[in-house]
Amino acid sequence: MTDASAAGTGGEPLRVARLRPGALVAGLVAVLGAMVIGMALGPVDISPKLIVYELLDDLPLIELDSGLSAQRVAIIEQIRLPRVVLGFLVGATLSVSGAAYQGAFRNPLADPYLLGIAAGAGLGATVAITQDWGDGGGFTDPVPLAAFGGALLAVVLSYTAGHVGGRSTASLVLAGVAVASFLTAAQTYVLQANSDAFREVYAWILGRIATSGWSEVVLMVPYFLLAAGIVFRYRRALDVLAVGDEEAQALGLEPRKIRVIVVLAASLGAAAAVSVSGLIGFVGIIVPHAVRLAFGASHRVLIPLSILFGGAFMVLADLAARTIVEPAELPIGVVTAFLGAPFFVLVLRTSRRSVW
Amino acid sequence: MSIISISGLTVDLGNQRILEGVDLDIDAGEWVNIIGPNGAGKTTMLRSLLGTVEHTGTIELDGTRPTKPIERARRLAYVPQSSVIPGGMHVGDYVLLGRTPHRGVFGRDSDTDCNIAMDVLTRLDLAEFTMREVGSLSGGERQRVVLARALAQQADIVLLDEPTTALDLGHQQEVLDLVESLRRDRGLTVVATLHDLTLAARYGDRIAVLSGGRIVETGLPSAVLTAATIAEHFGATVRIIDDPDGPVIVPTTGVPQ
Repeated sequence: MTDASAAGTGGEPLRVARLRPGALVAGLVAVLGAMVIGMALGPVDISPKLIVYELLDDLPLIELDSGLSAQRVAIIEQIRLPRVVLGFLVGATLSVSGAAYQGAFRNPLADPYLLGIAAGAGLGATVAITQDWGDGGGFTDPVPLAAFGGALLAVVLSYTAGHVGGRSTASLVLAGVAVASFLTAAQTYVLQANSDAFREVYAWILGRIATSGWSEVVLMVPYFLLAAGIVFRYRRALDVLAVGDEEAQALGLEPRKIRVIVVLAASLGAAAAVSVSGLIGFVGIIVPHAVRLAFGASHRVLIPLSILFGGAFMVLADLAARTIVEPAELPIGVVTAFLGAPFFVLVLRTSRRSVW
Repeated sequence: MSIISISGLTVDLGNQRILEGVDLDIDAGEWVNIIGPNGAGKTTMLRSLLGTVEHTGTIELDGTRPTKPIERARRLAYVPQSSVIPGGMHVGDYVLLGRTPHRGVFGRDSDTDCNIAMDVLTRLDLAEFTMREVGSLSGGERQRVVLARALAQQADIVLLDEPTTALDLGHQQEVLDLVESLRRDRGLTVVATLHDLTLAARYGDRIAVLSGGRIVETGLPSAVLTAATIAEHFGATVRIIDDPDGPVIVPTTGVPQ
């Protein structure tokens, strides 16, 4: 006897949209698989099995001898592990932010850069590079700090301007477009006046997952936890917002308040991701849409799986970026779009779901 | 005592006054139809009850004034004229959205919530559609699904905005009969806007005529629906045929024969 029939309906119990164990396992396998492969390949190839042994050995209560030399252990633990972890954090944050923006704005084209984050970060980084604010490295490196400040400035400007034009999501999106254009123009002007910095700025804009030890990871973790945690907590509310503001309010929610909280959390995460890795496009759009098409549109499924698959995708994209033209590196923004677009078209063609 | 008590309700949208000094009391278990020409402010009146438009004047439910959306949503369920149908959402999940006021922003759907949703789906002959996407349903099925969501809310007042628009005659009857039987079973209070005056006379206890932002007449259908009232407020020439079930409104051609 099921609960539903016990209650006298006589029918099947209701199948509710929720994260199924199979999908969760698939996501976790993707993350761990991508990380191990990401650590195994590089100028020095190391057996994935030995990497797993070595990492398990670091856990308490587990004693395993991988037999790797001290030098290779250092490559794994000091160079490759922080890099794949940062790749995961950046990818997970950008895709969960994208999913949150799409849900909050009910717009499939929304991405984390919708409110001018990319342009603001670009301006901040350009100013820091051209004004030669020095290279503090780690926590005091002025470029990521300026990028972060520029990104947040853009979001605040968009929200302020969007509020003036009314309270609809459309006016906020349009304000984002205006703010992005304005900040891009300012960035272009600064760059033209300092054309010797062109290469450096261009390289920053194209994005990269570069680590010096664990400092970028330490920088990124709190923002990832904050953004992913808040968006995850609001996953059911985002499902309700799908019926539009008026009906969501008739169902007892406060749509504007929820949108502000979700969008600000997602923006903070995206700003932090941009400041450590530059402007990596496409991830915030492609990963959430691929997840929707493969697993369903409910945010209860979409949010956790965007975190996992976004992270895995970025680790693999970074692997491609640093191995395809070894020993040089491709800009990761190029790789995400170059590999991501065909993959996405494939998902789009094979999926039978209608998600928008 | 009135379950809904509206007094001095005034709404301005932009520079336009939509409602002006609307007073209306509705008793528990009553079905009131609001009729009026296009632009009279019918939908705005329902939205004021929902709290989705800013207004002055007072709206009391059982003598209290709910301020938070969640408090209102536990008392009032709303079926809009055209609902936003979210892509990729199954009928079961859509009807469960009606449980939102009871589980709050962060709560999970409990077994009770699922049972209530399933009950409503069974009651509305929608059980077989549970795993269908709402967007793939026909107009009539969709309207029933939206009604199911409103009923899953288990509010004691249901607001229906043109619930029969886009439905053929059979489905119009089906939806309104359903509302009537639920009203009898559960003692629901129903406030509906309707364009079809004959239907407005058939279903419900009382009619309120809204014209130019004011309630100009209220009363039994037979008293309110006169050729003179309809000519004055709708600018229509009609003939009224008395039928045992209520007046039938027949449009007459405006061109002299």
